[in-house]
Amino acid sequence: MTAALSDSWYMTQRHLLNLFRQPAWIAITLVQPLIYLLLYEPLFKRIVELPGFGAGSYVDFLTPGIVVMTALFSAGWTGMSVIEDIDRGVVDRFLVSPVSRGSLIAGRLIQLGLVAVIQSAILLGVGYLIGAKYPGGALGILVLVTSAILLGAGFGALSTFLALLVRREETVIAAANLVLLPLTFLSSVFMAQGLMPAWMVTIARYNPVNWAAQAGRAALSLGVAWGYVLTRVGLLALFALVCTWLATRAFRAYQRSI
Amino acid sequence: MDNAIEVRGLKKTYRGDVRALDGVSLVAEPGTVFGLLGPNGAGKSTTVKILTTLSYSDAGEARVAGYDVVREPARVRRVIGCVAQKSGLDLAATGRENLLLQGRVYGMRGVALRRRADELLERFGLAAAGGRVVKGYSGGMQRKLDVAVGLMHRPQVLFLDEPTTGLDPEARVDMWHEIARLAGEEGLTILLTTHYLEEADRLAGRLAIVDQGRVVAEGAPDELKGELHGDTIAVELAEQPLDGEVRRALAKVPEVHDAAVEARALRARADSGARAVPAVLAALESEGVRVVSVTVARPSLDDVYLRHAGKAFSEADVEVTR
Repeated sequence: MTAALSDSWYMTQRHLLNLFRQPAWIAITLVQPLIYLLLYEPLFKRIVELPGFGAGSYVDFLTPGIVVMTALFSAGWTGMSVIEDIDRGVVDRFLVSPVSRGSLIAGRLIQLGLVAVIQSAILLGVGYLIGAKYPGGALGILVLVTSAILLGAGFGALSTFLALLVRREETVIAAANLVLLPLTFLSSVFMAQGLMPAWMVTIARYNPVNWAAQAGRAALSLGVAWGYVLTRVGLLALFALVCTWLATRAFRAYQRSI
Repeated sequence: MDNAIEVRGLKKTYRGDVRALDGVSLVAEPGTVFGLLGPNGAGKSTTVKILTTLSYSDAGEARVAGYDVVREPARVRRVIGCVAQKSGLDLAATGRENLLLQGRVYGMRGVALRRRADELLERFGLAAAGGRVVKGYSGGMQRKLDVAVGLMHRPQVLFLDEPTTGLDPEARVDMWHEIARLAGEEGLTILLTTHYLEEADRLAGRLAIVDQGRVVAEGAPDELKGELHGDTIAVELAEQPLDGEVRRALAKVPEVHDAAVEARALRARADSGARAVPAVLAALESEGVRVVSVTVARPSLDDVYLRHAGKAFSEADVEVTR
């Protein structure tokens, strides 16, 4: 157990070193969410006036949504770096060593989590500058960022799972394109649930992206409904755990296929 | 522990019915270099993958350093080092960081860890480059770092899968010196796969020739060559001979045997090459086959391969690569 923990830390270190050697990468992952934040906000500002939207200000509504979406998108491409590692023989090198399988997954997910913290801080700052208010305070922000991290961990693990099974960049790219944006629109990231068609609401109920957006947004609002928030954070934690377990199991399938 | 590596009847078929191994057996004694020689696709890498616990066999048994690779993979992993064909280095990290991470994965810590990394960088001539990112290394430097990484935790058995493929001739000779030096050390057993005859000849104490997933010959290089009595006569012909021309000609020279023609090259064996050459030339002449040059040589591993696999090594290699 302690070996698994220290292995995870060394693997995290490896990914962080790579990240710090190309810090521009974080900036690149922020371009798209900043565009959404800075263009959607003025564009849809008056959407809150529609009866049934249920929020006072769109920037308050949108900012936590964008935080969640950014964590999702960064994580959804994890499989690409897994495939790079497979192609270069890095995965094989670790698989013939005594390193714990779980740590190979955990290292990536912890790195994703740290990236999500940095991204969230920047986005919340920009949101604040364009007028967002966070009445839930530090605790609210903590819940939002935790939700984003758990969501990212789940999708990062799923992407790793897929990469180990198919070992083709094209498939990982196709899967990311097919899943990430639709799941974002099938959640309350941009639009309040009260104004969604009924079928979308049904899908959103089972959509982890929606759990994260709702939990984060509720935790940032005045008068937090903690039952509502904690159910969703709990579901997200479960989702992340199951996906991580799947990804760890995928090593066996990978080893059978080579 | 008697043998460093013991393999019996290893079989493996990949999806799509590709038979990679068809009953490979071999034994390597501790402290020796065992060569696995064969063309691309013969099953060398598959054997290494199974022995290093990376991949699984369908049938057969394998023990490394006395441990069963299927039942005791964790023990096997502790005592082996593996330099795979695909480097496995983290290109974005420095040479030193690659070594340190490898050591940590095997539980090395603190001063012992750093000292070992420095020692290996020094030894492979990478001390000056150790702080640089691996992406900027030359092919030869990367390969040396690969070997250093494989040695970091002082394994008992080291697997070197095609360690010189893709290196320029100078870097290759350099690597040969390194491997020869390793072989003499602290009882390290090395399993070396290669598709270079010269490499196997120079480095391996014993070798197995593999062809299409089977071991077709096994022994010390000199032993294998010694089994072929006499000399090799290699004749370069002016043009590709017609069917049967060469066969009819050589039928007149009874001391010549094992003849084979590939394009314009004729190879045959004779107890005494020097004595047979005039007769061979005269016989070819009489059938109207014109000769450009003739050489007589002691048997080489190429001849051993030809004898056991039924085709010249260079040809087998090209066949599969194509």
